[in-house]
Amino acid sequence: MSHSGRSMRHPVRYWLVLSGLWAILGLLGVRATYLQVVASDYLQRQGDARYLRTVTDNAHRGMILDRNGSPLAISTPVQSVWADPPAFMRARQRWPALARVLGLQQRDLARQVRKYADREFMYLKRHVTPDVAARARALKIPGVFLQREYRRYYPTGAVSGHVIGFTDIDDRGQQGLELAYEAMLRSTPGKKRVLRDLYGNIIETVESVSLATPGKDLVVSLDRRIQYLVYRELGAAMEAYNARAATAIVMDTHTGEVLAMVNLPGFNPNNRSKLTSAAFRNRAVTDVFEPGSTLKPFTVAAALESGQLTPESLIDTAPGRFRVGTKIIRDLRNYGELSVAQVIEKSSNVGAAKIALSMSKEQIWGMLRRAGFGETTGSRLPGESAGLLNPPSQWVSIDQASVSFGYGISVTSLQLARAYAVLANDGVLVPITMLRRDAPVRGVKVMTRRTAQQIRNMLELAVSRRGTGAAAQLLHYSVAGKTGTVHKLISGDYAKDRYVASFAGMAPASNPRLVMVVTVDEPEARRHFGGQTAAPVFSRVMAGALRLLNIAPDIPQQGLRWAAPTTSAPPA
Amino acid sequence: MNFLERVHLDKPFFYGLLALALLSVVILYSASAGEVTLVLAQALRLVIGFAIMLMVAQISPESLARWSPHIYVAGLVLLLVVLVMGATGKGAQRWLNLGVLNFQPSEIMKIGLPMVLAYYFSRRPLPPRLSGIAVAAVLVLIPTLLIARQPDLGTALLVMTSGLVVLFLAGMAWHSIALLLGLLAASIPLVWVYLHDYQKQRILTLFSPESDPLGSGYHIIQSMIAVGSGGLYGKGWFNSTQTQLQYLPESSTDFVFAVFAEEFGLIGIFIIFAAYLFVVLRGLAIAFYAQDSYARLLAGSLTLTFFVYFFVNIGMVTGILPVVGVPLPIISYGGSSLVTLMAAFGILMSIQTHRKIIHA
Repeated sequence: MSHSGRSMRHPVRYWLVLSGLWAILGLLGVRATYLQVVASDYLQRQGDARYLRTVTDNAHRGMILDRNGSPLAISTPVQSVWADPPAFMRARQRWPALARVLGLQQRDLARQVRKYADREFMYLKRHVTPDVAARARALKIPGVFLQREYRRYYPTGAVSGHVIGFTDIDDRGQQGLELAYEAMLRSTPGKKRVLRDLYGNIIETVESVSLATPGKDLVVSLDRRIQYLVYRELGAAMEAYNARAATAIVMDTHTGEVLAMVNLPGFNPNNRSKLTSAAFRNRAVTDVFEPGSTLKPFTVAAALESGQLTPESLIDTAPGRFRVGTKIIRDLRNYGELSVAQVIEKSSNVGAAKIALSMSKEQIWGMLRRAGFGETTGSRLPGESAGLLNPPSQWVSIDQASVSFGYGISVTSLQLARAYAVLANDGVLVPITMLRRDAPVRGVKVMTRRTAQQIRNMLELAVSRRGTGAAAQLLHYSVAGKTGTVHKLISGDYAKDRYVASFAGMAPASNPRLVMVVTVDEPEARRHFGGQTAAPVFSRVMAGALRLLNIAPDIPQQGLRWAAPTTSAPPA
Repeated sequence: MNFLERVHLDKPFFYGLLALALLSVVILYSASAGEVTLVLAQALRLVIGFAIMLMVAQISPESLARWSPHIYVAGLVLLLVVLVMGATGKGAQRWLNLGVLNFQPSEIMKIGLPMVLAYYFSRRPLPPRLSGIAVAAVLVLIPTLLIARQPDLGTALLVMTSGLVVLFLAGMAWHSIALLLGLLAASIPLVWVYLHDYQKQRILTLFSPESDPLGSGYHIIQSMIAVGSGGLYGKGWFNSTQTQLQYLPESSTDFVFAVFAEEFGLIGIFIIFAAYLFVVLRGLAIAFYAQDSYARLLAGSLTLTFFVYFFVNIGMVTGILPVVGVPLPIISYGGSSLVTLMAAFGILMSIQTHRKIIHA
């Protein structure tokens, strides 16, 4: 010990070092105890608040399937990119990279974020492809997260656009069956508590607060094959006759199921960015028109039901004009004396008016009302119109006369189809449905079987080679049907050269299985008659539909009754 | 004489360090979320560190004393070099790129400064006179300022502390100590002016971390949450949510203690404290029984500096000291500082095992 070793031996300094050591260790110990015992609960909660999150767990919306199980609307999972604005604001230098990945303008992104600066949630971009989502996640930007959502696809596109409708970006039904059966199709998002890491990736589910339940699948009455057939044939006709619009409905007579419903021009529900709401209207149920001659069978049915007339009763229609009050009712030419059946076959307005005036207003109104006019069909399709059928108390004699041949009354195509189904169904009105019906349904008897049969016989005549609807004939099946051609009512006046041409009919006439209504809005003036425009569509669709449904032909090959579709038959 | 003593290793000290090394591997395995490569890298560093310790332990304290001034001067030169042409990492010039490895010259000073001061004081009568203290103060200030210029304030303060500890142990007069503390206190406003904004921010954050929870307060808040979430018994190995979900930054380096606290709770913390305390007390005992003032001063300074590292790191993680980037000695993942530490422990081993038997 050559040098002085006092320092370490110095009792004061020695104890000072040791006590300093213990004091500091004690301080750390107290601090640790404070954090882990006293403040533990608070800090634990703080921690939980950072990585425990209650997140929505989306489930998919129910599918819409046609009656044979083909998909008409399906949901596919997609990702949406969202941000927690306050956290996202701090990562400002990363915005350009994210904007590039998401294909957004940087300026727009900045504006959006500023707008939602005080919120906790904002969408950055919705429904991105898995690839974009993966790249956005890979950027690991604080405050940017992904949310699984579902996007709706419509495999049949424009073919069934109006009937099926569509959903909005939040998966809520907006139009058509998507809206009508929203409650059934809708999924219930669940809630779960998850552990999330710093980048928002869900590491594990801690507990499920409420389960996500997918929507129920909806099996609709449509037959995708017939729907397509109608779409194709109606489109061809619309182009051929240069029409403004067209609508067609095919119904199963016995079940009330709508097998096809098409409006043209159609729209593609998968891409409707440039469309206005007018394009989405399902005109088969929302738009009304004056049915014209297609209503005559119901005038005659009322007369037959009243017992005052038989199909053979004669009506004098000469000279083809008939004055009621101040108005004159005209036929296309002077048919002279016609039987009741011939009134339908020739589509005589004078004959129908005279039949109508031979009855009470209530008798006619009652028949129309029982056939379902003036009330909605109960199809549940959004925006369905009830049509217009004034009560008989408001009728004057001209109203009674004109309603007999389908003026002064407004109907929808679907109402007309249902009314024809009554004729086809031996007088039983079966409720309309847009869903597949698996059990038989009870209808309401609205006219006698005998009357319905007699009317069907008359309607068969109307499509005979001498009738107005000869173009509706089929090769192997008998057809019953009626044409209609009306002047369009434009702001209270009948336009001279604008028409609605229609055809309503059924096949096979001997035991009708299918009813179809075709209306063509404003076909070009040269060929504006229902027998020229609507009847051929009926024929082509029915030929295919009956075959698709395996319905047995009722005309033997050798007993072929055929008339050229371009017959110069008298118009409706 | 057993094997350890024959290779100049002190048994209690060696086992204390081995315990810390084992704790390091265990906790890093969890902190890195089971990344084996990282754990193996740390294990390799520990093996290298122990090898360096073994080598240094063979050098006699007399030789160490002779080399002291040279090591100090070499350290100063390297510090100047790094200021001129050092590699920049995270905004500061601290690294010297030696081709194969990066090297921080400030690490040399952690040992070089205590050595040169112990050397200086051991050659004159103790307690030192005022002139001696003035010389020592210059020896302390030069490297401190050079390191602070990099800027690496944390290391500068630690290096300065290691020097001041020697001054204290050398028996500096109480009035001189009072004067020095006064000067230090007076310089605080001056130093504050020269601090970088981020450094000021870190210190201010200490008082109100919640004022910027996602910015400067982020480290400290996440760290305190991790420690606090541990509770009395901890969440168990691999169950620290703060770490495993990546909320805790620097979880395998500076903030590894927070991982440990969350997974093993207060009980685990006291086990760590006990291990460090054991090593420090043994280090002080070595200093106490050292046979000359060079060895005594150096051993005391190295031991207390080690304790300061421990205190600063734990204080930082538990939120009573600002975030200064001091790793938890031995346990934190990292190379440069581990090598320095193990070299220092080698010196302590040497001092203990090269004692001549004195028959009283």
